[in-house]
Amino acid sequence: MAEVLVLVDHADGVVRKVTLELLTLARRLGEPSAVLIGSEDAGGVYEKARDTLAEHGAVKVYVADDPQLSSYLVAPTAEVLAALVSRASPAAVLLPSTAEGKEIAGRLAVKTGSGLLTDATDVTADGGAVRAEQQVFGGSTIVTSTVVTGTPIITVRPNSTAPEQAPAAATREDVTVELSELARGARITDRVVEEKGERPELSGAAIVVSGGRGVGSAEKFAVIEALADSLGAAVGASRAVTDAGWYPHQHQVGQTGKTVSPQLYVAAGISGAIQHRAGMQTSKTIVAINKDPEAPIFELVDFGVVGDLHQVVPALTEEVIRRKG
Amino acid sequence: MPGVSRVLLTGNIAPDEAGRCLLRPAVLAVWPHRRNRRDTREQRRETGTEMNIVVCVKQVPDTWSEKKLSSEDNTLDRGATDPVMNEMDEYAVEEALRIRETHGGEVTVLSMGPDATKETIRKALSMGVDKAIHVLDDALHGSDALATSRVLAAALARVEGADLVVLGSESSDARMSVVPAMLAERLGMPQLTFAKEVTVDGGSVTIKRLTDEGYQVVEASLPAVVSVVEKINEPRYPSFKGIMAAKKKPVDTTSLADLGIESADVGLDGSWSSVESFQTAPPRQAGTVVKDEGEGAAKLADFLATKKFI
Repeated sequence: MAEVLVLVDHADGVVRKVTLELLTLARRLGEPSAVLIGSEDAGGVYEKARDTLAEHGAVKVYVADDPQLSSYLVAPTAEVLAALVSRASPAAVLLPSTAEGKEIAGRLAVKTGSGLLTDATDVTADGGAVRAEQQVFGGSTIVTSTVVTGTPIITVRPNSTAPEQAPAAATREDVTVELSELARGARITDRVVEEKGERPELSGAAIVVSGGRGVGSAEKFAVIEALADSLGAAVGASRAVTDAGWYPHQHQVGQTGKTVSPQLYVAAGISGAIQHRAGMQTSKTIVAINKDPEAPIFELVDFGVVGDLHQVVPALTEEVIRRKG
Repeated sequence: MPGVSRVLLTGNIAPDEAGRCLLRPAVLAVWPHRRNRRDTREQRRETGTEMNIVVCVKQVPDTWSEKKLSSEDNTLDRGATDPVMNEMDEYAVEEALRIRETHGGEVTVLSMGPDATKETIRKALSMGVDKAIHVLDDALHGSDALATSRVLAAALARVEGADLVVLGSESSDARMSVVPAMLAERLGMPQLTFAKEVTVDGGSVTIKRLTDEGYQVVEASLPAVVSVVEKINEPRYPSFKGIMAAKKKPVDTTSLADLGIESADVGLDGSWSSVESFQTAPPRQAGTVVKDEGEGAAKLADFLATKKFI
């Protein structure tokens, strides 16, 4: 059976859930090979990641451990993957549909002369053909696409499928790559973490609690954070909020921001303009709290509360904490 | 309109002493830059550090219009929508102009697309871009991101000595955010993408790249490809003078043959991915909406409990 390369999304060896989703989808297309591109100490990264990758079906784990790989932006990872594509002739390459995942995929497509599909919400194999389903125009249209040239390179949106266990060997295979001059073009000189908390990352979070203009100020965003914490959720924000500087830009959901597809999306004080909907419409369950009964967000909800978020959200937070005991 | 909401949010509408709200023309804010620019440009010309900047823009359907695929060939039905300059590209144009204002030099706008793309090009020229390249060819219809980056790379090769290629980080229609990375790969230039700040210093460029937790500082030597996010600046509105001047600025309309690209390598036939079919997503089932009369939170909690979220 042909290999299917899966780029591992991880933080120092802690494998992100989207990787397990990709491994689950990869098994439909062939034999999953995880590609683990490490930071400073990739050997240790493999030890940390091995069990999780093995549990979810990684037959092989390609480990690229040159510290240079993480010193430069995007291009080195694309070079490693391109080398593996020519070595393993995989049936497909799957990557997470994050900003960086898509950029890596884009460069890989150019390098290998392959077609690219981004933001897939499902991947299937039909005979020899790999098909991807994409939800475009803010989820209003479902498109089925194929790659007609080269190796299908597909980025998949986090939360598109439930990870399934399927024990495999996760045998380590080291990869050495001589980075080209070009791959060392854009050097990362500093990584600034503007906030560090226990909250999950927005892109892959199972639950997202977002606040909009109705929150009213930066200070009052604390009510959104409190609800998020009670649910173990990531915090999102509408563009009105990030434009006003109430909450950092990296939390923006919608067009020109992140596209999320969590199990539960809570919209508080968000009217639901088309630009916002483009970033959250494919969420499985949507609930909203808004003062305006006419707000378009209520057209999307599974459950909506017409009311003042400053009353409803804190009360809901208390209720969640109480019920979770 | 996106432009209007930006005005509202950035406080360009300020109450006057009598408490009335007046719309201050944003162009006023541009004048001081223009005056400064002349001085710096002269200085830079002397030191020979002028920047040759190309900004790539895309014409897209207005965000507010309903987008549909055409059942004839599964491509975006552009006839059914109002075309505008992709919003993120306005920030790219603004950033290119600001870099020119600081360092001197020239800005060329590059766009590919049907005849109507001239409107978007005209807008960039009205904002202050110096000249334009329009890749216009019927064979381009249906090009995917790979084909698009190929055409843009070929057109860029015609700009002699480009120091910086600036793009918006996302188009509002396709939303792939891959063309800047592909272009860097094709041109063999460093990729500095998702910039919320750009600083050019001598022969190098440094950006702050937006990340999930904050930002990365990324630096490269020129020439380089930069893509920008929308918090980077506040795009100017074309002034009356700018609109008039745009009419006289040179637009180089070029075909695929001029760029040495075969028609069969782009468009629907030349694209490496293909849309097989599409369908309208089933509408979401109407949910329950309750009015909060003190019990709203409890009812919502009940709902979340039935879905096993709590």
